[in-house]
Amino acid sequence: MAVVTRDSTPGAAAGASRPAAASRLMASMAGLDWLAKIWWTCLSISLFAGLWELCWALGWADEKLLPPPHIFLSNIAEQGRYFNTATRWQVGQSMTEGPSAFESVLITGAATTARVFVGLILASVLAIGVGVLVRYYRFFDRLVLPTITLLSPVSPIAWLPVAIFLFGIGNAPAIFMVVVALFFHMVLATINQIDTVNTNLINVARTMGASKAQIYARVIVPAILPGMLQVLRMNLFGAWMVVLVAESTGVGYGMGQVIMLARNTFNPSLVFFTIAVIGLLGFTFDWLLRLAQRRILYWLPDTAERLRVL
Amino acid sequence: MSSEGAPHFSSRDAVVCRGVGKTWAAGTKRAHNALTDIDLDVAPGEFVVFLGPSGCGKSTLLYLIAGLEDATEGQLWSFGDLVETPSPQRSLIFQETSLFPWLTVWENVSFGLSIRGASKEERRTVAAEALQRVGLKAAMDKRPDELSGGMRQRVAVARALAMRPKVLLMDEPFAALDVQTRARMQDFLLDVWRDSGASVLFVTHHIDEAVALADRVVVFTSRPGRIKTIVPIDMPRPRNLFSREAEALRIQLTDLLRDEVDRAFAEQEALTATA
Repeated sequence: MAVVTRDSTPGAAAGASRPAAASRLMASMAGLDWLAKIWWTCLSISLFAGLWELCWALGWADEKLLPPPHIFLSNIAEQGRYFNTATRWQVGQSMTEGPSAFESVLITGAATTARVFVGLILASVLAIGVGVLVRYYRFFDRLVLPTITLLSPVSPIAWLPVAIFLFGIGNAPAIFMVVVALFFHMVLATINQIDTVNTNLINVARTMGASKAQIYARVIVPAILPGMLQVLRMNLFGAWMVVLVAESTGVGYGMGQVIMLARNTFNPSLVFFTIAVIGLLGFTFDWLLRLAQRRILYWLPDTAERLRVL
Repeated sequence: MSSEGAPHFSSRDAVVCRGVGKTWAAGTKRAHNALTDIDLDVAPGEFVVFLGPSGCGKSTLLYLIAGLEDATEGQLWSFGDLVETPSPQRSLIFQETSLFPWLTVWENVSFGLSIRGASKEERRTVAAEALQRVGLKAAMDKRPDELSGGMRQRVAVARALAMRPKVLLMDEPFAALDVQTRARMQDFLLDVWRDSGASVLFVTHHIDEAVALADRVVVFTSRPGRIKTIVPIDMPRPRNLFSREAEALRIQLTDLLRDEVDRAFAEQEALTATA
């Protein structure tokens, strides 16, 4: 019996049905996989931006309401002034002093990102811990699960006043909002992941004399990792959405605060510029998480690759 | 039947079942009697095949012997000890892949030792030895998804052997393999069985497999599962599966099974008619 080799040449099967030039192009691109990926990403975004620009050129999109990318990206220095206003006010600087426009965008982006990550990590650790405890101790399950299920459909918006009552303004309420918005779902997701672990794997460990704690630590936790990282990735986007809501209500400074400022001063260019920055940040962190996922979950096959053959 | 207190039979028997039965979801509306009234003795080093139609409770019996499920009737013993929990002495091998995908082949094989806290050197030595016995020492550092289905089942066998079990329980282990691989795996299993001296309890619904492997074939009835009859096979090994004797056995077992399959079909039709 021979060892099954995993790498196959995708071009070989398709070659017969495709024109020779196209298949040669595909083959040459296979070696430059990452370059192709960047190319497609740029193409995807340019296509979207191009359509928008086209609408503007044809006069369908009013530039005062829906300014196209070339307008809202044209004056970053001007847009940047609106970022980081709170720190300026705190230290009593005028609009012309202090960090440059670019630095302001960075500072604000970093502050929001930090809130997202602290919230996401707190929520994941708490949720995985509680989820495992629920399955580990029957008593804990009966005592805690009804309340968690009761609270999980509550919209993060409803928690906003609670966040302000409890933590006033600053970083704490924003992080609280992220945690509270993600925690309950993530507990239920963890429990669901535990329930779908292949029973054979658990039974193998049982026949080898593993204790309950060993089965949880060495079988159940590694077995739910792939699913949990997927849950984490989905919740990364959730965290980005919630943090903006939290910041828009007077957290001091952050992307949400800039959006609120843009709304109140009727500045569509600033709205779209901020959306672009948020999108870029979210995209980057999703990409980093996927890289980490591939490192941590080295044993998972590439399912997307298999679906592509269909 | 007196099944209370000390066993009244030889403690040398690998497996003893007395009046064993299992009702799933007992006490509820969905209660389903899978297995009833099983009396069975398995000698050390014996190769016993459980043969029966799907859903006749033969796998259930294997789980009860493994100690993974509790019997709702009767009691089971293994080498004189009451079966209450799973034990490394009784290793179970499943139909589907049951290797841990995040561990390498050798880490999978030595999983039981790592549970006991053995050192890495000891684990690697034992794993190498067990993999040598299944002819896969070269694949030690590979991951399960790099192996073919037959190789994965051989690793599962090596993992069971690494625990030095006295009873090997196999739940249709070759059902997912193609016919050629299956025949090779049967020869391989017989070699392993001879070397290890363990008793093997092997579940299948393939008559050919039963004839190829068994010292005794336990034929099950269905719904609830009972032992219909036990057919001993005295053919010397290696067996000529095309001999007149093998053919006669196949005919005998086919006849025994046909009644059961007919009955199961009739019951299913009756069920769908009333539903």
